This record gives sequence, structure tokens and C-alpha cells, in this order.
Amino acid sequence: MQLKTPLYDSHVACGGKMVPFAGYLLPVQYPTGVIAEHMAVRTHAGLFDVSHMGEVMITGPDAFANIQNLFTNDFTSMVDGKVRYSPMCYENGGVVDDLIVYRYHQEKYLVVVNASNRHKDVEWMKSHLFGDVKLEDCSDQVAQVALQGPASAKILSKLTGAQELPVKFYTFKDPILVGGVSCIVSTTGYTGESGYECYCAPADAPKLWNMLLEAGKDEGLIPCGLGARDTLRLEAAMPLYGHEMDETITPFETGLGSYVKMAKSDFIGKNALEAKGEPTRVRVGLKITGRGIAREECDVYAGGQKIGRTTSGTHGPFLGYAIAMALLDRSFGEVGAPVEIDVRGRKITAEVAPLPFYKK
Amino acid sequence: MNAPKELLYAKSHEWVKKLDDGSVLIGLSDKAQSDLGDLVFVNLPAVGDSFAAEDTMCDVESVKAVSDVYAPVGGTVSAVNESLIDAPEAINKDPYGAWLVKLTDVSGLENLLDADAYIAVCGEE
Repeated sequence: MQLKTPLYDSHVACGGKMVPFAGYLLPVQYPTGVIAEHMAVRTHAGLFDVSHMGEVMITGPDAFANIQNLFTNDFTSMVDGKVRYSPMCYENGGVVDDLIVYRYHQEKYLVVVNASNRHKDVEWMKSHLFGDVKLEDCSDQVAQVALQGPASAKILSKLTGAQELPVKFYTFKDPILVGGVSCIVSTTGYTGESGYECYCAPADAPKLWNMLLEAGKDEGLIPCGLGARDTLRLEAAMPLYGHEMDETITPFETGLGSYVKMAKSDFIGKNALEAKGEPTRVRVGLKITGRGIAREECDVYAGGQKIGRTTSGTHGPFLGYAIAMALLDRSFGEVGAPVEIDVRGRKITAEVAPLPFYKK
Repeated sequence: MNAPKELLYAKSHEWVKKLDDGSVLIGLSDKAQSDLGDLVFVNLPAVGDSFAAEDTMCDVESVKAVSDVYAPVGGTVSAVNESLIDAPEAINKDPYGAWLVKLTDVSGLENLLDADAYIAVCGEE
């Protein structure tokens, strides 16, 4: 059975083409189409429903010690009002999920996880808690919209009056009244553009959605679906769980080493990651130089030898060419190296490209 | 949805236009292009390739996914619309103008649907 987000009716009213995703019915695109939605975010602004994401509150005197143990990043230097990205690993070094952590204070953290991993994550975290700490899955009490693109600040400030919005990347404020709706507002996103993610009560979500669309009407804001969300994150080379990382891929292989703090005294997965040492395969970008589009799970070859496989791929609407990310044997991962990708039995040429493909 | 009366259609959403010399042009219906979304790549067959009806003839890719295009009738490719290689979006803009392939030695035209029957089939989907 597919769940509906609080914005389901708003999507249908906007002409959204609804598809099942991570247990929810979400718009893959609106009548504008993926390319127009993608370009709107790069040049003006786009509005996404990301209410399917999971939200978990970790509170209590031992909250800090627990997140230090559960997640691979180091939260020691984190100040109140900051947001930090981190993988969460199994004991064997594979990835349970990647997530972002909002620090309210030493004893209160909001953790935002992938929708498809929510229940698995909550189970995993709960079974590894220690000391005086409480973990609450509040996903069903939270709706979320992402306002992304260069016009985002102008649009949001129309609805927030004299209140000070978070400015620095990966920070948040709670509460901010957006047109009277109480929200957590953070300078985060999954598009490679500046923008905001706004969390509110489910009952307020349609009002927030409509107010933002109205406020952005003259700024080129349009609603955007999952299709554009994927092409935007791919151009920005942001990894996606289940593609660039999963329980069989370590964060080092995904290129997330800067979010794994081996100097930390301990965290789940540290011993295994230490034992594995330098990864033998690495995530690389591929620019398709031949004709065609490589999607996920295509074999990659160099000189007739199989050297890895693609993890995601698409046509990059802003770049104007096809791109893919792949896990390749590290000796073939040098930028500029020519490779071939097997796309349904046809070999197409590509070359290793620097990541991210797109940077604002 | 838009389905011109003068064309014939397959349930798999290709259209067929009969030409005076007995050959046919084949393209994707308005519903097909709408369902696929923004097209960004067309992989056309080679001139001289032969197909039976319902064979996979070529494929088209939207931003999101790849889709096979089936031969709505049997025949041999006598021409392909090479302008689509650099401008696949023409299929979205003008689905009944942007033909994909031209077939000769055509067989199986009698199995195609007229516009009304095709619209009815789409309504049942």
C-alpha cells in the first residue's frame, strides 16, 4: 500500500504525475517536464515535496555520546544551530544510511534519514543506544518542503518578514514563521544550489506549499518532481543510498572519507574500516563521450577488461550531455582516462571526469 | 489526447502513416511522448534492417528511463529520420511530424487500430 504525503492533493492539483517511491505516492514530474524543472532550479527556483524523508529526535544527557558512536563524522566541534552530514555504518564498515544531523544543543539532535531506510535506521539506532538517551521517530508528525535555487532567499524572505533567516550553508533556525506557519528552516538541500529545507506540521504543509508557490510566482519558481531531484543531485555528484553506497560499499569507496573521522576514539564500523585500509575501488564521475545514456548497473571496461560498474546515470539537462557515477578499480580512476560502458549490449565511450560535474 | 484520424495505431503506442508508394512512416503517439516525458536520446535502426510486427525496432530515452519502440507492422527499414539524433525533443514537440523510420515490404497493416479504437484502448489503461 502506498502512503500519501500531506501534499498529495496539492501535487494532483498542480498536474503532478504520481508514482510510487519509497512507499509514498510522489510526483515524478509536473506538466512542465523534468528538463524545465531542472533548469528552473539552476536558474531561478524549484519547490519539492520531501515529506517522505524520515525525522528522528535524539535527546537526553547521553545524546551526544550516542551520535558520536552511531555516526562516522565527528560532532565534537559542532555548535548549536549547525547541520552536519554523516554516513552511519554497520560493524563491517558497510553503510546503513547517510543522513544529516541538526544540533539544537548538547542534549538534543534532529536526524534526517532517507525515506526508504527509515524503519531499518530506527531499528539499528535503537538497538545500539546506551546510557540516558531517548530516540523518537517523529517522521509522521513532520512534513518537509525544499525550496532550491538562486531565487530561494528572495522568495522565502517575502514570507518571513523581519525574522533573520539562516544564512551560512548547513545551519538552521527553529522556529521561523513562514507566512504564519511554524517551521524549522535550514540552508540544506540535494540539488547543488543554494536554498532551504522547511519542516512543518503535516496539517500546515498545503498552506506552506501554496504560499511559497505564490511568493515565487514572479521569481520563476515552479514545483519540481522526483525526476528533477535525481538529475540535479547527479549533476552535483551527490551520492544516493542504494546507488553510490549501500551495505556492501564503504564510505571510503564512495569518496566520503572526509565524513569518516578515524581519529575519533570509537564509532560503529571503525575497526572494520581500519582493517580494510585503502579501498581498491573508488567512486568516479563519467562523462559519456559516445552516443547514448548509461544508467545504473552497467559494466564499465578499459582495454577489454571489466573495471567496475555504474551506480547512477542520466542525461544532465544543465550540462547538456550524459553523465554517470561508477565504482571503478582505483588504478583506472584517473581523470581523463577513457573507458567503455556496456549499455544493453552496446559499448559506448566515456571518460573519467572530475566530480562534481556541476558546481554553482 | 491527440490522435489524428488519418493515421493508424498500435496498442504499443506507435503510429503508422501509409504513403502512396506502399511504404509507411512510423512514429510515437502523443500519449507515448507524454508518458515518456522529455526525450533526450534516440537509437535508430539501420537502413536494411527487417522486423516482424512486435519486434523491438529501436529505443528512445527520456531523462528518466529507456523505452523500447516496437515495430507496429512487419517490414524493412528504407530510411530513418536522422534529424532526431541531434534533436530528439522534436518527438515531444511534434509527435506526428517526427517520424522515426520508414518501412517498405509492409505486412500486418490490418492488425492496426484506427484513431477511435486507439483512443478507446488508451482510455482503458
